[in-house]
Amino acid sequence: KYKLDNRKSNVDMFNLTGPSRTNRPDNTAFTQQRLPAWQPILSAGIVIPGFTLIGLAFIGVGVALFVTSQKITDLEIDYTGVAATSPCFKCTSFAAENCMCQMEFTLTTLFEGPVFFYYGLTSYYQNFRTYGVSKDGYQLSGDTYYFNNPQDSCAPYQYDSNNNPIVPCGSIANSMFSDTFQLYQVVNGMKKQVPLDGKGIAWWTDYNIKYSNPALVNGSFANAFSGTVKPVNWSKPVYELDPTDQANNGFLNQNFLVWMRQAALPKFQKLYGRIAEGDYAQGLPAGNYTLLINYSYPVISFGGTKKVVLSNVSWMGGKNQFLGIAYLVIGSLCIVMAMVMLIIYAKYKFTDDDEDM
Amino acid sequence: MSWITPIPTARCHGADEPTRTVVSNLPYEDQRPRNQPNRRYAGNAVKTNKYTLWSFLPINLCEQFRRLANIYFVGIAALNFIPEVNAFQPQVALIPICVILTLTAIKDAWEDFRRYQSDRELNGTPCLVYSRSQHGFVERRWKDIQVGDFVQVLANDIIPADILLLHASDPNGVCHMETANLDGETNLKQRRVVSSFCAVKSPFDPLSFNATVICEKPNNNLNHFKGFLEKDQIKIGFGIESLLLRGCTVRNTAAASGIVVYAGHDTKSMLNNNRPRYKRSRVESKMNKEVLCCVFLLFCMCLIGAVGDVPIYFIPDSDGNETPSVVAGVYRFLTMIILLQVIIPISLYLSIELVKMGQVFFITQDIDLYDKEKDMRMQCRALNITEDLGQIQYVFSDKTGTLTENKMVFRRCTIMGTEYPHTENGESGKWNGVELAWKPSVSARRHTGMLWCIKHGLLLSHSLEVIPDQNLLWSVKEVERRGVAGHWGLQGATHLEFFLALAICNTVVVSTETAQRQRVRDPVQSTLYDIPTSSSSVVSEDEVQGTPCKGHTRRRQTWTASSLAGPKEVHYEAQSPDEAALVHAAKAYGFTLLERTPSHVSVRLPSGTTLTYEVLDVLTFDSVRSRMSIIVRHPHTKEIILYTKGADSGIMERLQNSFEDRSQMKSESRVIANKTQKHLDMYANDGLRTLCFTRKVVSEKNYYDWLVLRQGAMAAIDRKDELVRKTAADMETNLTLLGATGIEDRLQENVPETIQALREAGIQVCVLTGDKLETAVNIAYSCKLLDQQDLVFTFNTENTVQIQLSFPQLLHSVHGCRGIHCNPVFSSTCPATAQALVGLVIDGRTLGLLLDSDLQEGFVQLCTHCRAILCCRTTPLQKSRVVTLLRSKLGVMTLAIGDGANDVNMIQAADVGVGISGQEGMQAVMASDFAISRFKHLKKLLLVHGHWCYNRLANMIIYFFYKNVAYVNLLFWYQFFCGFSGTAMIDYWFMIFFNLFFTSAPPIMFGIMDREVSAAVLLQLPELYRRGQHEGGYRRSTFWIAIADAFYQSLVCFFVPYWTYKGSDIDIFTLGTPMNTASLFTIIFHLAIEIKSWTVVHWVIMVGSVVVYFVVTLAFCAMCVSCNPPSDPYWTMQEQMSDPMFYLVCILTTVVALLPRLRFPLADRYISQFLSKPSEMSCLPRLGELVALVSLGETYFQNTFVFRRFKLLTK
Repeated sequence: KYKLDNRKSNVDMFNLTGPSRTNRPDNTAFTQQRLPAWQPILSAGIVIPGFTLIGLAFIGVGVALFVTSQKITDLEIDYTGVAATSPCFKCTSFAAENCMCQMEFTLTTLFEGPVFFYYGLTSYYQNFRTYGVSKDGYQLSGDTYYFNNPQDSCAPYQYDSNNNPIVPCGSIANSMFSDTFQLYQVVNGMKKQVPLDGKGIAWWTDYNIKYSNPALVNGSFANAFSGTVKPVNWSKPVYELDPTDQANNGFLNQNFLVWMRQAALPKFQKLYGRIAEGDYAQGLPAGNYTLLINYSYPVISFGGTKKVVLSNVSWMGGKNQFLGIAYLVIGSLCIVMAMVMLIIYAKYKFTDDDEDM
Repeated sequence: MSWITPIPTARCHGADEPTRTVVSNLPYEDQRPRNQPNRRYAGNAVKTNKYTLWSFLPINLCEQFRRLANIYFVGIAALNFIPEVNAFQPQVALIPICVILTLTAIKDAWEDFRRYQSDRELNGTPCLVYSRSQHGFVERRWKDIQVGDFVQVLANDIIPADILLLHASDPNGVCHMETANLDGETNLKQRRVVSSFCAVKSPFDPLSFNATVICEKPNNNLNHFKGFLEKDQIKIGFGIESLLLRGCTVRNTAAASGIVVYAGHDTKSMLNNNRPRYKRSRVESKMNKEVLCCVFLLFCMCLIGAVGDVPIYFIPDSDGNETPSVVAGVYRFLTMIILLQVIIPISLYLSIELVKMGQVFFITQDIDLYDKEKDMRMQCRALNITEDLGQIQYVFSDKTGTLTENKMVFRRCTIMGTEYPHTENGESGKWNGVELAWKPSVSARRHTGMLWCIKHGLLLSHSLEVIPDQNLLWSVKEVERRGVAGHWGLQGATHLEFFLALAICNTVVVSTETAQRQRVRDPVQSTLYDIPTSSSSVVSEDEVQGTPCKGHTRRRQTWTASSLAGPKEVHYEAQSPDEAALVHAAKAYGFTLLERTPSHVSVRLPSGTTLTYEVLDVLTFDSVRSRMSIIVRHPHTKEIILYTKGADSGIMERLQNSFEDRSQMKSESRVIANKTQKHLDMYANDGLRTLCFTRKVVSEKNYYDWLVLRQGAMAAIDRKDELVRKTAADMETNLTLLGATGIEDRLQENVPETIQALREAGIQVCVLTGDKLETAVNIAYSCKLLDQQDLVFTFNTENTVQIQLSFPQLLHSVHGCRGIHCNPVFSSTCPATAQALVGLVIDGRTLGLLLDSDLQEGFVQLCTHCRAILCCRTTPLQKSRVVTLLRSKLGVMTLAIGDGANDVNMIQAADVGVGISGQEGMQAVMASDFAISRFKHLKKLLLVHGHWCYNRLANMIIYFFYKNVAYVNLLFWYQFFCGFSGTAMIDYWFMIFFNLFFTSAPPIMFGIMDREVSAAVLLQLPELYRRGQHEGGYRRSTFWIAIADAFYQSLVCFFVPYWTYKGSDIDIFTLGTPMNTASLFTIIFHLAIEIKSWTVVHWVIMVGSVVVYFVVTLAFCAMCVSCNPPSDPYWTMQEQMSDPMFYLVCILTTVVALLPRLRFPLADRYISQFLSKPSEMSCLPRLGELVALVSLGETYFQNTFVFRRFKLLTK
């Protein structure tokens, strides 16, 4: 018996019936491969109406998207200062410290609210792999053990030259965007500040779940960070990021959270604030505006640009013509193909009938 | 004591000696192991499991790393541990390889555990071993047995080791053994006690055994064994007939004892226990080239990554320094390899194994391939070449037992030059033969047959049963009445002698103790089994209703039960069906073989007297002599008589002629020989198998002189076979011809139809048989291999030059034929059908010349132009050489089908070996890849299952390549936007899940279950098979189209989301989510388009995959806050799913990606319609297009008028 066992062990697996019963295979639809099968037949009667319907639907969606996108207004202000005529040109030299520059712009019509205020960078690879891994998630979740012992992934921004641990460590944090903006409406020659609401610009889950600040030590927030140093490129430690709002400090600083969520593409924009308060709740009225920029973030060295974007959003997000146009094109294509097929079908249908006779 | 001396000999008989020396263990029973004389030989405990608990991990890992794929995987994972190049967290990168290794290890462990369990069970089986201290056989376990032990096996017990039989309870020293476990043959084999031990009295006393056994080293030849017993300088030879084989069962014998010569792993059965063969299928080896293409693709992509360079700000390396650009390039290259590794479809190998398992399941489950009579379903013994069945171009078939039933029926005989046609017998034989279906006029003859059976009151109880020829029966009775046994007149005596030769000269074993064998089925089953013996017998019952013969038909239907269970019924166990037929024929004339033992054989004569001959020797059959003889002593006259039977080629040249004194007699015997030869030729022309029977009286002196030589030969170790053969030939001279027989071997049902279908499918059918040329040609005509209109070339010469000269002429005429008979419609498409009308018949001798010399080329050339090839008188080796030659020279896919041991070579030489489990044992099945029970099953196996398996697997493999390229390219396009840094916008876990859960099941299901054309259509249109032969399903072009499609789809899946989100504040994983989702939809819907028939299973798996994707992704995104530190996709899916843009993007992407796929089949359709415009009637679509049409959808296909046209054409 063993002989057969060894030799036929592979075959035996399929011997579902016991030795006492007959070896006859089950005559079921499944085992005999006779399961009722539906065969998709792409006959003209299905394909031509099908294509027409899909085409019409796509055109409908395309029109909706296109119209929505057209309604969105956006305004981009490049303030890199490459050109010598630019007001920010003066800040591009390395010598410039705490350089402020001022960009002027005019709105001829009401910029409907809520208006979102973004800053944008180009040729900036926040998605670069070694850059992207250079952070310490445990540190950022407030685990103080990692304050003193940042993870290796943060290197070379793990310890400073004096071997003090950096908090928050790593390239991402170190390279945090440091320009600040103030927007003024020029009303009768007077500058009237437009409030930029920086609250709630980060993901809810980032703010509430992923990131947390360390517990207070001796009632002081700063003490919790004792023994650590600020990132090399930073001017202020993390617990003093926002001097105006004590609650908006540490890892839960909204701008910090926005920065830490790495952009997918080298040309990106990040939300800086919303204009939704006071006189500007309905949007920015027509008029002259001044954008005051605290210019400190260098981008010219790697050929990047900086800009500020003002935009209002719809249900489909920011302004993007692509999707609407794509839907329209594909929809039209489907219709055209349906027409072509109809013509061919009509032509050969007749010959087919002739032949039948 | 005399047996102590061999110990030093035993020691020096080391591994380099060609023999093994065994002495009894009994004198050493109490001594320490190192004093045991046989301690160097393996014990009887077997261990077939490869691993132990401790060694499992290292050994299994070692074995797994022999596969190149696994090394690649590990290499990639190891690369990840180099900080400069790693693309993922090193630990995470280990996951795929660990999963694969673990799965394989679990599978191996399970299989090994099963082996371990069966070993343990075997090793623990009780057996009886002689103990000196207890003076008797005591119960031990199998594993305790050592070489040199004395073991007793009782009836119906399994033999624990290879035992030299020294004693049997049977007074004649005979022991019967059933070898079904070994080779599947159910007939009993006779084993004999070593000759000098016959005299040893019961009970057997092992203590007195003081000889040394010297035998050959362990080997795996089940049919050969030789050695001798050496005692006091006397050598007694023995052979395989004295060896009880491990694993066999003792039957019909109360007890058998002997000394163990081989134990455990040295036994013949264990040495024969090979693992299933691993054959590499053609598709797989072709696929490996495609894998290399993928490697090349990967290399190119990585190179682009390596040279692509972007000035990056803020990101120095971990030391804070800039890396030199060349080194950085190398790092990037390696990183890219890690990132894009999936493009080389490692999981493809695993998936293919799974798919083939599924395919094998469905093939074995096919009820059409189930044989009700034998209660056997189709067996797939090789699990990995199912798709080769779809690409067969040449079928090499055995004749006997494969095309024919191998149920021999005695049809005619000729005695002393007088022919006895047995016409009634012939007619009755046709009742259940296939001829019924062909000849409507047979019913009239059937009635005459019936009337005859009424008249004579003879009952046909068995298909082997013979209706005697009236004239012959009469003359036999007449002769017997005239003379007393042994004193017959010359003329009459030959009739009696002829039937005596029929009854005696064979190795048929008479078995009356059927109950002991426990092979009688339970009554319910046996009736189920018996009623439908053949449909035609039922028909005949209807025809003769009301006639007295009704009872006859009833009886015939239940023959099996009666012959098995009847108390006094004689049951014959024949090793060859020819012998059984002859014995039954003799019985029909009243010469009943009653008993056969090694020493005597009893025959009951028609008068009722029983003659018991003493058997002096049996010169067994071998294919070189092609005859067998038996030497007996007549009970009354005490004459020594030699009866010989064999093929006419082996007999005719050995007839007496020169030593005859009287010239009259001489001429008479010559006349008889000539007449007989004429009859033999006639028989052969009728397709009968012929055997000649001779007799010779040997003088006492001659016999004893010869006996000395014979015994010397039997005891020889070197060249034993040759010597034995020579002595046999010495005896078989000066024979007196008695007569000859013609035995019919009926065609199996549906053989002509099957051959016709195979031929329509473009398969070349060759028949290789050991039979006579005339017989083979006759069968070839009746099975439609050759047609009456065919031009048949017959090669039957030994002259090399002649062949050489004839070849160019032949080739020319073959080409001429093609020119004339070429079908103009199909001329452009299939040269295969153009060679319509040439058949080639080659004799074995000529075949030898063709194979050996430089005629090979011409032979192969000729073969390609022939419609049918028939080789006769071939040896097993020649069969395999023909297969190998055509296979290697033409590069075609070959299939060999056979049922006997002589087909084993051929079956192993072919790409696909098919065994028919027939009358001749299981050797062919054991050597085969697929085992079926009837030749007709080949049609469905090839045309349906082969076609399906091939297309399924080809499609699945292409799809797999496509899937991997499409997905990996997504990552590749992203590299252009992340500075070629190796960032993945899709979380690594999702990438793993994507291949593991979301997209793995659909292609496997596709590979197992898809069905582009239904079985019925495939059977109706065998032409569809040609697609697989010319690799229609799996071409290089198909592969590249799939890759191009993958590139296109990946571009769409990347750039539609890219343009949609370009410039926005989207983050990495949020961008990756719609890409991943769109890619999943594209890949799934792509498969949905490829699937030709949707069943419930398809729906469940396809919909299930999508559902699983969303559930798993949502769950992972919700639960994993920071499981995978640098890249955490936390809440990204939820974020995206709450955004309507996500859905719009996914829909658009999927539609755009699939537009070309949707359009292509449509375009195909209209193009082919265009091709078949009425104005171009003559320009029928080529077969390939036809098949392409079929693949579009069968129903559709049937509706197109192309199909109608095709049907018109084929009418």
